Amino acid sequence: MSATTMNRRHFLRIGAVAGGGLLVSSYFDLFGIRGAAAKDAATFAPNGHVRIDADGRITIMAQNPEIGQGVKTMLPMLVAEELDVAWEDVHVEQASLDTDLYTRQFAGGSTATPTHWVPMRQAGAAARMLLVQAAADTWGVDPSELETEAGVVHHRATGRSLGYGELAERAATLPAPDPEEVPLKRAEEYGIIGTPVRNVDLDAIVTGRPLFGIDTVVPGMHYAVFQKCPVFGGRVRSANLDEVRSQPGVTHAFVVEGGTSLNGLLAGVAIVGDNWWLVNQARENVLRVEWDEGATAEQSSEGFLAQARALFGREPALPMRSDGQVDRALAGAAHRVEAEYDYPFISHAPLEPQNCTARWQDGRLELWAPSQTPERGRALAAETLGISEDDVTLHLTRIGGGFGRRLNNDYIAEAAWIAREAGVPVKLLWTREDDFGHDFYRPAGYHRLEGGVDGSGRLVAWRNHFVSFGEGDEFASSAGVRDSEFPAGFVPNFELGASLIPFGIPTGALRAPGSNALAFVYQSFLDELAHAAGVDPVRFRLDLLAAAGPETALDPARMRGVLERVAEVSGWGRRDLPRGTGMGVAFHYSHLGYFAEVVQATVSRAGDVTVDRAWAVGDIGRHVINPLNAENNAQGGVIEGVSHALGQEIRIVNGRAEPSNFDGYPLLRMRQSFPVEVHFIETDHEPTGLGEPPLPPAIPALCNAIFAATGVRIRSLPISKHDLRWS
Amino acid sequence: MPVTFTLNGASVTVDAPPDMPLLWVLRDLLDLKGTKFGCGISECGACTVHVNGRTTRSCQVRVSTLEGDEVTTIEGLSPDGTHALQQAWRELDVPQCGYCQAGQLMAAAALLARNPSPTDEDIDTAMDRNLCRCGTYNRIREGIHRAARALTQDAAAGPGGEGA
Repeated sequence: MSATTMNRRHFLRIGAVAGGGLLVSSYFDLFGIRGAAAKDAATFAPNGHVRIDADGRITIMAQNPEIGQGVKTMLPMLVAEELDVAWEDVHVEQASLDTDLYTRQFAGGSTATPTHWVPMRQAGAAARMLLVQAAADTWGVDPSELETEAGVVHHRATGRSLGYGELAERAATLPAPDPEEVPLKRAEEYGIIGTPVRNVDLDAIVTGRPLFGIDTVVPGMHYAVFQKCPVFGGRVRSANLDEVRSQPGVTHAFVVEGGTSLNGLLAGVAIVGDNWWLVNQARENVLRVEWDEGATAEQSSEGFLAQARALFGREPALPMRSDGQVDRALAGAAHRVEAEYDYPFISHAPLEPQNCTARWQDGRLELWAPSQTPERGRALAAETLGISEDDVTLHLTRIGGGFGRRLNNDYIAEAAWIAREAGVPVKLLWTREDDFGHDFYRPAGYHRLEGGVDGSGRLVAWRNHFVSFGEGDEFASSAGVRDSEFPAGFVPNFELGASLIPFGIPTGALRAPGSNALAFVYQSFLDELAHAAGVDPVRFRLDLLAAAGPETALDPARMRGVLERVAEVSGWGRRDLPRGTGMGVAFHYSHLGYFAEVVQATVSRAGDVTVDRAWAVGDIGRHVINPLNAENNAQGGVIEGVSHALGQEIRIVNGRAEPSNFDGYPLLRMRQSFPVEVHFIETDHEPTGLGEPPLPPAIPALCNAIFAATGVRIRSLPISKHDLRWS
Repeated sequence: MPVTFTLNGASVTVDAPPDMPLLWVLRDLLDLKGTKFGCGISECGACTVHVNGRTTRSCQVRVSTLEGDEVTTIEGLSPDGTHALQQAWRELDVPQCGYCQAGQLMAAAALLARNPSPTDEDIDTAMDRNLCRCGTYNRIREGIHRAARALTQDAAAGPGGEGA
């Protein structure tokens, strides 16, 4: 039996599962139509957030893709808290994509916490409420006389107790409560939220058990590689397929025509066989393809920079914001600075190469995919094959790094197509070279800035001409800027405009999209202005935050809080640093999180940069749900930011991406790593996400530290291309 | 031509193309998925195993060269998953995505086997060829120090004894 209760947006479903258990799932209903689509209880799959078996086993389903951000542990913690069970008794299982049972099975934008903070707790609380009701019915007492503790309902007055497992079958027959009316714990009652909880896959990881997409095995599985044109969007003219087919281990080789969307199935040659290494050998040593490279072959990073410089000489094609009178304020400013900044394309480079296992059978497609957006991945697979989404099943795997790369599902489309064409289940696996060559890169960008500070050290004028990529007035993916982006709203005379370069390079979100570039430019330029005015960089920023106008994207008080704290914990203002060592500060607001960071760096006489230490202070609301993971994640964000800044660059050369492997793309290594001290300030706001916001300030904090150490201002990334020698 | 070697303490004979790297033999022929593919050019360390006790990037070792060798992978690092490093990794909750960690553990285990009390400099040298894209280096370093302390204490306590 089951019952569904719904309100405008959000509802719960209760059902029995095979073996006499209880299942509770929670939905957001964004369009108010989900109720009509609710499945009948009889067809209920054992999938929801909470499942309690008659033997007392407690299973909490982890609905979102785990990319290392800790969500497979964190969301079940929320459910378990309100279910009132001991965390040690909880079994966490990864859910497959199921849009009837779950909503927003998605990893991106640091959204899991703000999206699921309430509904996950409601799902747990509703289950608990039903278990209590079942106990009350069993004993003929009022539910208000009962309490729960660690998976047991107690009636203290009579000394009776029943475990959740004993109550599961009865609870499953009760109607679901309105989630909005389920009482939730007070924060003082939390026993799981805010406590350090270890990664639920820890044991499998440290013992090497299969867990990731690349580890998938299905019966009869073949392996596939897919060679695309090194120039984005190029087409296949011809290929020596017969020769490839004759190679050992190769069973199939065929051309895939592909479409025109860079986000979908592109043209290439698929090679399938019973041994991935042999199949890839055939690709590397035998396959010859004649490509029609198309117009993108004319494009290069060098050319984009030249175009940007030419555009700086004109007015922005897209005026975006104008407050006050910038020209007049600049003319009257005591200190004026003009500067051009730029940053390169960079690659996500997750350590697990793209892969997907696909089985096509009887008109239905089954997928095992490390995807951050499985719902979109299913849609893309269905669209690519021209089938209904109802005929596609997608299983989520643990993901060896996301960073935004796997928001795009191109590798799913490829695996789906190749499996159907070859008529065998395939595991498509990219090489590292495929991955660097066919990413959705963090777009490069170019900024011309002018700023003016008055005689009292106040920032009075700011003008930014942003040259980015796109068509007409539409920015390419992750290449845009908001007209409210800081310091908009804090400077009385402010102008922002953009000009766009059309291009054929695929771009996309990379951890803290937009912010990972804009923070570098804006927080570095603010530093230039502070130094020009002879004002301490922390003081200058505090004064700027105090100058907030009536409408600002960020809450100045929260940013002031983290900035003051990071100055305190880092010992900002020290005068005893040796020559060649400096400290830099920066802050940034992104994805609802507030972070201020200080980096201490040393530049040797030979010009080598060492990061000595970093301090990060964050405000992500009133709870840091899992502090053990939060520290790890924030440290990783800072380390990633420093890694971007020091040496990462993808160069576009004749429409291709270079380099092709880690030997040309220096990710930060152990020897370059540095201690990162992380602090959180808990403020009275709803908790928000942590995946992205620690990253952006690290980049300008490092660049500002290099200025403090050497007097050299880094206006172009990566840092490795600058000569920082001194004597 | 079949090749026989010892894998995690047991003899195995593999009939594979002679140039096939150990990495792919482990993953695709022997179904041991713990050793990971990251780059194929010995730059990332995700495929790190031990061959005769030495840190080895399995993507670079042709299977035909392994006749009579002893190969240890993450699955065989300890009989029950309780090597001091595995324990330290658990205690500190080292991984984020977790993909590189088998390689990190194998590189660290080889380090501790030859140097029971490594300095930070020793750790930098031994671990510098193992990338962690998530940036868990602080905890990896702490984990190695913690495991080293645990192993040193065990050694001081002597076999089966409580120590002085």
